[in-house]
Amino acid sequence: MTATLEKPPVTEAPVKEPRDWRGPALFAVVAIIGLVVMPLVLEPFRLGLLAKYLTYAIVALGIGLAWGQGGMLTLGQGVFFGLGGYAMGMHLKLNDAGDGLPDFMVWSGVETLPALWEPFRNPVFAIAMVVIVPGAVAWLLGTLVFRQRVRGAYFAILTQALAAAMVILLVGQQGLTGGTNGLTNFFEVFGQDVAADSTQRGLYFTVAIVLGILFIAVWQLQRSRFGRLLLAVRDGEDRVRFLGYNPATVKTITFTLSAVMAGIAGALFVPIVGIISPALLGVVPSLELVVAVAVGGRFVLVGAVLGAVLMGYAKTYFSEELPDAWLYLQGALFILVIGLAPKGIVGIISSVRESVAGRKKEVAA
Amino acid sequence: MEGILNQLPIGLSIAAVLLLIALGLTFTFGQMGVINMAHGEFIMAGAYTAYLLQDFAGRNAVLVALPVAFVVAGLMGLILERAAIRHFYGRPLDTLLLTWGVSLVLQQVARDLFGAPNVQVLSPTWLQGTFGPMPYNRMFILLLAVGSVVGIWVYMNRTALGRRMQAVMQNRQLAATSGINTGQVDQLTFFIGSGLAGIAGVALTLIGPVGPTLGTYYIVDAFLVVVAGGLGQLRGAVIAAAALGLLNSYAEFWTNASLAKVIVFAVIIAFLQFRPQGLFVLRSRALT
Repeated sequence: MTATLEKPPVTEAPVKEPRDWRGPALFAVVAIIGLVVMPLVLEPFRLGLLAKYLTYAIVALGIGLAWGQGGMLTLGQGVFFGLGGYAMGMHLKLNDAGDGLPDFMVWSGVETLPALWEPFRNPVFAIAMVVIVPGAVAWLLGTLVFRQRVRGAYFAILTQALAAAMVILLVGQQGLTGGTNGLTNFFEVFGQDVAADSTQRGLYFTVAIVLGILFIAVWQLQRSRFGRLLLAVRDGEDRVRFLGYNPATVKTITFTLSAVMAGIAGALFVPIVGIISPALLGVVPSLELVVAVAVGGRFVLVGAVLGAVLMGYAKTYFSEELPDAWLYLQGALFILVIGLAPKGIVGIISSVRESVAGRKKEVAA
Repeated sequence: MEGILNQLPIGLSIAAVLLLIALGLTFTFGQMGVINMAHGEFIMAGAYTAYLLQDFAGRNAVLVALPVAFVVAGLMGLILERAAIRHFYGRPLDTLLLTWGVSLVLQQVARDLFGAPNVQVLSPTWLQGTFGPMPYNRMFILLLAVGSVVGIWVYMNRTALGRRMQAVMQNRQLAATSGINTGQVDQLTFFIGSGLAGIAGVALTLIGPVGPTLGTYYIVDAFLVVVAGGLGQLRGAVIAAAALGLLNSYAEFWTNASLAKVIVFAVIIAFLQFRPQGLFVLRSRALT
């Protein structure tokens, strides 16, 4: 791996302008707002909502990496979100059930605990699976698909089919997965009462910090040689191959990373929202997150996070206030953003800033 | 043994519906690089056309609906192409997201017009029998698909318009320099492809209820047919649709419905290991 990533003798990519401090400064401001202001200002219910959107933001970060940076439109992130979520949900269910069976198994007439469930009693195992299972599935799919140079729209269609298949599988295996209802009615998370305000507050801090760490990690990855290579693969896969790199490896690694992030998000989502079910991870939720990333701005990591949080709020607000209009609005927003502002909100902001800066220069001249 | 035989008409009729849906997709995808997620809503439009025509044509609504649905869905496709999609040629991933937005809106329109619950279209009395293991209604769907394939084949290979369509599909620039009005060809392809989805919608009323999300159940599988069959390939679409339809129904029969989709998915991934671009490939020297 390291051999193929040896730095090619090319000149450094041109640095746009000397504003390196602005990124970290913005990050610090957002971190203070997120970790100090929000918990003080928001009532517990609203803080819980924000925590939920932040889990979506983690998925969006992965989509931003895979799609914005790597050009892989993945329409199946819900699958990985779900794998992480179910791994966590299974642990919580077993923890609540003690020596007995999880409640839904009793209802569907399951007599003994399925062997698949047994190891999830162990919290360390469950948390490991949150990362390993989505990663392994994505790695397998990525290896098989990218190696054969299946890409672009084909890849998008395959990931969507995977999401559809996953939902049907989960619904069908009632006794193993809780069917349509999924896993819900949790009481305890790691020894804490899941409904208590203090627990929810702690979960909020957890998800905010995890998001922050992952953001910095992806940011660094993007700035690294690997990140450059990823951009090159997005913009000219064949040329990268002719230069002696293997684009399939680059893409597989990136896709796996994005899947792992979705898995972690799913695991955090479960105790915060209190449910994981097939409806939360099918074709539509997966696409909705891609839309959120597009709305925020797919080419910049901030855009992905911003889009996920904004769309989360918009969905909650409009489906409370104008439930009938929400689908129209969402569709219209979608069409407008893709059609008129493919770089999303971040793109609009930066083009406004550029035109302002341009005008200033004109005045100065 | 009897079960195997009984499963055959189900598999074949699903294959026929998938084929009708996939034909439109494979040509718009192959010719224009457009992934039309709203295609599923053209199916839904065709089905609701049959539902509405019941008031006039009673139980023979299905027959009357075939040409009407073709035109209704075709016009919807044409409007979508003119209004939005033509600005996105060569950006398949963007068209995918754009048309998904359109499909959301169309579903909500259907919900507002016809209500969220499913509605029923009564099939003609003369389709209510069976021939051996084959119910007449499923046989009718099969004939519909066969007729459409023959029609498309004749169109593509025996008419000037169809040959122009093939030319545009193979090399757009060269076709344009030869004097072909590629924009017009695109519109016609879109009209016919969407119209076939409308016919598929009418066919679906024979085997199930009609609802606003009817299209979403079939669109993913139809795209898999396109992927497995190869872009813009009539032969590929026929073979892939037959294989997928039968595989689906037999996988459901031998295991259960929830595993069937996973099996189909695994088979397609395995298949792509040997044929990454589908069964048949349009040869081209162009670099991506």
